[in-house]
Amino acid sequence: MTAPATHSAAPAARRLPLPGFVDGTLLTLVAAAVILWFAPSGMGRYGTYVLSLWLVMSVAVMGLNLTLGYAGLKSLAQAAFMGIGAYATALLTSKVGLNWYASFAVSGLITFAVGLVLGFPALRVKAHYLAFVTLAFSTLIWLVLRNEQWLTGGVFGLSNIPRPSFFGLKLDGALAFHRFVVVVTFLLAVVLWWMIRSPWGRAFTALRENPIRAASLGIDTRMYTLLAFAIGSAYAGFAGALYAPLVEFIDPSPFSLSQSFFLLLMVVAGGAGYLLGPFIGALLGVVLPEWLRFAGSLYLIIFAGIVMLLLIACPQGMSGLLERGWAKLTGKKEGAR
Amino acid sequence: MKMHWIIAAALGTAVSLPALAQDKVKLVDVVELSGAGATAGTNWKNGIDLAVADINAKGGILGKQIEIVHYDTQTNPGNTRAAVQRAIDEGTYAVLGPVFSGPIGASMQIAQRAEIAQLVGGEAAGLTKQGNQYLFRTSLSQTAAMPKIAKYLKDTVKAGSVAVVWVNNDFGKGGRDAIIPELEKAGIKLAVDVATEQGQADFAADAIKVKNSNADAVFVYLNEEESARFLRAAKQQGITKPMVGETTLLGAKVIELAGDAANGVKGHVGLSIDAPIPAFQEFGKKFQAKYNYVSDHNGMKGYMAVYMVKWATEKQKKFDKKGVADTLRGATIKTSEEPGILIETTIEKNGDLDRESFLAEVKDGKQVITATLPKINP
Amino acid sequence: MAEFLAYLIAGIATGAIYALAAIGFTLVWQTSQTINFAQGEFVMLPAVLVLLAIKLFGAPIWLGALIGIAAFILIFGVGFKLTVVDPMIRHGVLPLAIATMALSIIMKEGAKDGFSAEAQKFPSFVPTETISVFGAAISLQHVAIIAVAFGVIGLLQWFVGGTRLGRQMQATAQNPTVARILGIPVERMVLLTFVINAALAVVASVLISPIYLAKFSNGEVIGLFAFIAAIVGGFNQVRGALVGGLIVGIVDSMAAAYISTSYRLAVPLVLLVIVILVKPEGLMGRKEERRV
Repeated sequence: MTAPATHSAAPAARRLPLPGFVDGTLLTLVAAAVILWFAPSGMGRYGTYVLSLWLVMSVAVMGLNLTLGYAGLKSLAQAAFMGIGAYATALLTSKVGLNWYASFAVSGLITFAVGLVLGFPALRVKAHYLAFVTLAFSTLIWLVLRNEQWLTGGVFGLSNIPRPSFFGLKLDGALAFHRFVVVVTFLLAVVLWWMIRSPWGRAFTALRENPIRAASLGIDTRMYTLLAFAIGSAYAGFAGALYAPLVEFIDPSPFSLSQSFFLLLMVVAGGAGYLLGPFIGALLGVVLPEWLRFAGSLYLIIFAGIVMLLLIACPQGMSGLLERGWAKLTGKKEGAR
Repeated sequence: MKMHWIIAAALGTAVSLPALAQDKVKLVDVVELSGAGATAGTNWKNGIDLAVADINAKGGILGKQIEIVHYDTQTNPGNTRAAVQRAIDEGTYAVLGPVFSGPIGASMQIAQRAEIAQLVGGEAAGLTKQGNQYLFRTSLSQTAAMPKIAKYLKDTVKAGSVAVVWVNNDFGKGGRDAIIPELEKAGIKLAVDVATEQGQADFAADAIKVKNSNADAVFVYLNEEESARFLRAAKQQGITKPMVGETTLLGAKVIELAGDAANGVKGHVGLSIDAPIPAFQEFGKKFQAKYNYVSDHNGMKGYMAVYMVKWATEKQKKFDKKGVADTLRGATIKTSEEPGILIETTIEKNGDLDRESFLAEVKDGKQVITATLPKINP
Repeated sequence: MAEFLAYLIAGIATGAIYALAAIGFTLVWQTSQTINFAQGEFVMLPAVLVLLAIKLFGAPIWLGALIGIAAFILIFGVGFKLTVVDPMIRHGVLPLAIATMALSIIMKEGAKDGFSAEAQKFPSFVPTETISVFGAAISLQHVAIIAVAFGVIGLLQWFVGGTRLGRQMQATAQNPTVARILGIPVERMVLLTFVINAALAVVASVLISPIYLAKFSNGEVIGLFAFIAAIVGGFNQVRGALVGGLIVGIVDSMAAAYISTSYRLAVPLVLLVIVILVKPEGLMGRKEERRV
C-alpha cells in the first residue's frame, strides 16, 4: 500500500537511473523549488509576495492534508492553529527578541501540543467529533486573539513584525524573503514526504483505506490518528510562523472559522491524500483570486464552484484529475484507488 | 528602404505608447468587497465609481480620463497587502481604500515606502499617529468626533451617567477607547460597558443589560445593521432614555431598517446626505439614482477621496505621484475651487481631517440637523 | 428576580430561533449521516429570494413570497438532493460535508452579488407588538417563533411515528438497505426529507428575517448557533434540536448578562465541548451503534 501520490510519477522515475529512495514526488519538489527560487525575477514585488503567500498557505494546507487526506479526520481549526503559530512568532520575535528560528520551533511545538490535548478527548469518542471540538476551539481561539489586547493587540493587531536573517544575511527584501520561504517550504514538504513513506506513514494510509482492518492488524488507530492530527496542526503552526513575518502585520481576521473552512476546501480542491495536492489547492485558493481580480468578488463563487464540480466529478481533486489525464496519455490504467 | 520602416515603426511605438498612457490615469481602489467589511466597502466603491463617472463625463483630470480598478481584499490584511502592492506595481496614481482600520494598518507601509498617497476610509484614532506622511483620511477621526459627543452628552442631554454599547471590531473598539476618557473628563459616569459582536443578530440581552443599568443616556457605537437591530431590541425592552450616536447611528440605512425605533435618536454626524448642505443632498440624489439605494457615509468618503486626488493634481498642474501627497498635506480644499469635495476640508499634517460637522436628531423617520458645529481649528 | 426573568424570556425567544434552524441539521443527518454546513445559508436565502422576486417582477408581497419560496424549495430541496447529494454520497459522507461548505460560500456570495450587500427590511407576517410576560417584554414575533418551533417538532414527531409515509421515512433513515428490501421507495423517501428540510428553512427564514433583517451574511451566525444547538441537543433526534436550541439561547442570554460580554460567544462553545465529553450523543440523542 503506497501513498497514491506516488502513482502518477512512479513510472517516470523508474526509467531514470536514480537511487532507490527517489521518486517522482521528490523530483517534482526539487524541480519546483529550483523554479520558484528563480521565478520572481521580473515579477515585481507584488508577484513575489503572492508566490510567497501561496507557499505559506501551502504549508498550512499540507498539514491539513495529513489530517484529512491521510488520516481521514475533519479539522475545522487549521486557521486557528495557524493563528497560534503566527501570534507566537510575532510576539516572540518582536516583544521577547527571540530569533525567528527558535520562534518557529516554539510555534510548531505549541501547536503540536495543543493538537494532542485537543485531539485526545475528541478522538476518544468518534472521529467526527473532532470536527465539533475543533469548530468550538477555532472560535474560542479567535475570541482570545481579539479580546486579550494586552497580549495580542486585539482588534488592532500587531504590526512591525521583523523578518528573519540567515547567518547575518538580512532577509528584509521581498525576493530574499521569498527565497527563504521557498527553502523552508521545501524542507517541510520533504519531511512530510519522508514521513508518508516511512512504515509509520504507511500505517496512516492503511488507516484511511480501512480503519477496521488496520485495527485488526494491530495498529493502534487512535494513537495514529491523534499523531496525524497533532502533526497536521504543527504544520499550521509553522505556516503561521512564516505568515507573520511575510505580512509584517497580523490581526485575528485571517484566523477565523471561515478561513479554516477555506483551507479545508483547498485540501479537497488540490486532492486529499496527494502529497502535491496542497500546492495545487493553495494555488486555486490563493493565486486564482489574484488572476480573477477582474471578476470582482465573484471569484469566491468560482472557487467554490470548482470545488463542488471536482467533488461531483472527481473527488480526488485536481491531483486525481491530473492522474487520470496522465493515465489516459500513457495509455495505462488508473491507479487502484 | 528597410531602414525607413524600422524608423517609422520605432517612431510609431514611441509616439503611440505615451499617447496611450496619456489618455488615462489609473487609480486603484483596494477595498473590502467580501468578508466582514463588504457593506462598508461596497458603499465606498460605489461612491468612487460615481465620482469617476462624474469627472470623466466632464473631461477627466487635466484632460485625462480616469481608469478605475477595484481590488477586493476579503477584509483580510494579507490580501490587502497583496492588493496594495499590486496597485503600486501596476503604477496606480494613488491608492484608494481600504475602509477597515486593520487592513489599513497592514498595508499603509507599502504605499509609504513607494511614496504614493493612500486615501482611506478608516476612522480609528491610531492610524494617523504613526508618522506616515502618505496616509490621508476621508472623514473625521474618532479622536476628533468623540470630544464633541461628550460635550453634547454633558451640555445638551445633561446626562450624569451613560451606557456605552459598542461593536467589538477595530471601528467599535477604537470609538469606545476614545469616548471613555472623554466621558471621564466631562465628569460623566460610565454606567455599563457592553461589547457586542460584529454581525450579531440578537440584541435582547444587551438591551436588558442597558435598561437595568439605569443610565441617563445610551451611547450606541455599532455598524449600521447592528445599530438598527439594537434600536429595535431597545424599543421592545421599553428603553426610554435618549439614544446618542456618532454618524452611523443616525444614518439613512439605520433609519430605514429600524423604522419607528429610530425616532428620537440623536447625536453627532460627520458626513450625511441629509445635512443642510445642498452639495450633500445633490450627491445623495445622484447616488440613489445610480444604485437605487441610499448612500451611507462610506459612499460619501469614497466620492470625496477621488476629488481629493483630482484637486491635488490640478493644483500641482501635473501628474506627480509624490506631489499628490505633498500637495494634500496641510492643504485646505474649498468648495469654490473644487465643488466635488462637497464641503470645505482641511487636511492636517498627519493626514487627519478637519471639517464642519453637525448635531442631528431623527424625527418622524427623517434625520434633522439641529446645529452645525464649526471646525476644530477654524 | 424580574431581571433574571427578563433574560430568561429573551433567551427562550432567541433559543426558539436557533431550534427552528437546527431542525434541518438533524433531518439531513438522519438521512445522509452528514453535516450540512450550509444550514445557516439555507435559512438566510429564502428571505433574500422573496425580496428578489418582489424586486425583479414588481410582484406584490404574497406573490413574491410564493415565487421565492417555490424557487428555494425547488433548487435547494430537490435540486440540492439530485445534483449535490446523490453524486457525492457514493464517495462517502466526508466529500458531501465539504461540498456543503463550498455550497455555503456560493449561496452567501451569490446573495451578496445577486441581491445586495446591505441588510434589507423583511415584512413580518405577525404583528410586531410587544406583550408583557411577568413584567418581561416579549414581542408577538418571538411568541410566534416559539409556537411554530414547538408545533413543527410536534408535527414532525407525529408524522414520523404516526403515519405510514413517516414510518417509511424513518426506516429509510435507520437502515436504507433493509428498507429497500422491504419495498420502501428509498430514493423518494430521501428526497422527501430534503424537501421537508428546505420547507422548514423557508418557515424559519420567513419568521426570523423580520427580526434579524435579510442579509447575505446572516447565515454565519444562525448556522453556528444552530450547529451548537444540534450537537448539544443530539444530532440524531429531531426533538434534540428543540431542547438544544432553547438551552443555547438561554445560556447565551445569561452569558451576556452575567459573564463578560466580549467572551459571551465562548460560553455556548464551552457548553458544547462539555456535552461532547460527557454525553457525546447529545442530551436528547440516542447512542449510535457503529456501522461496520
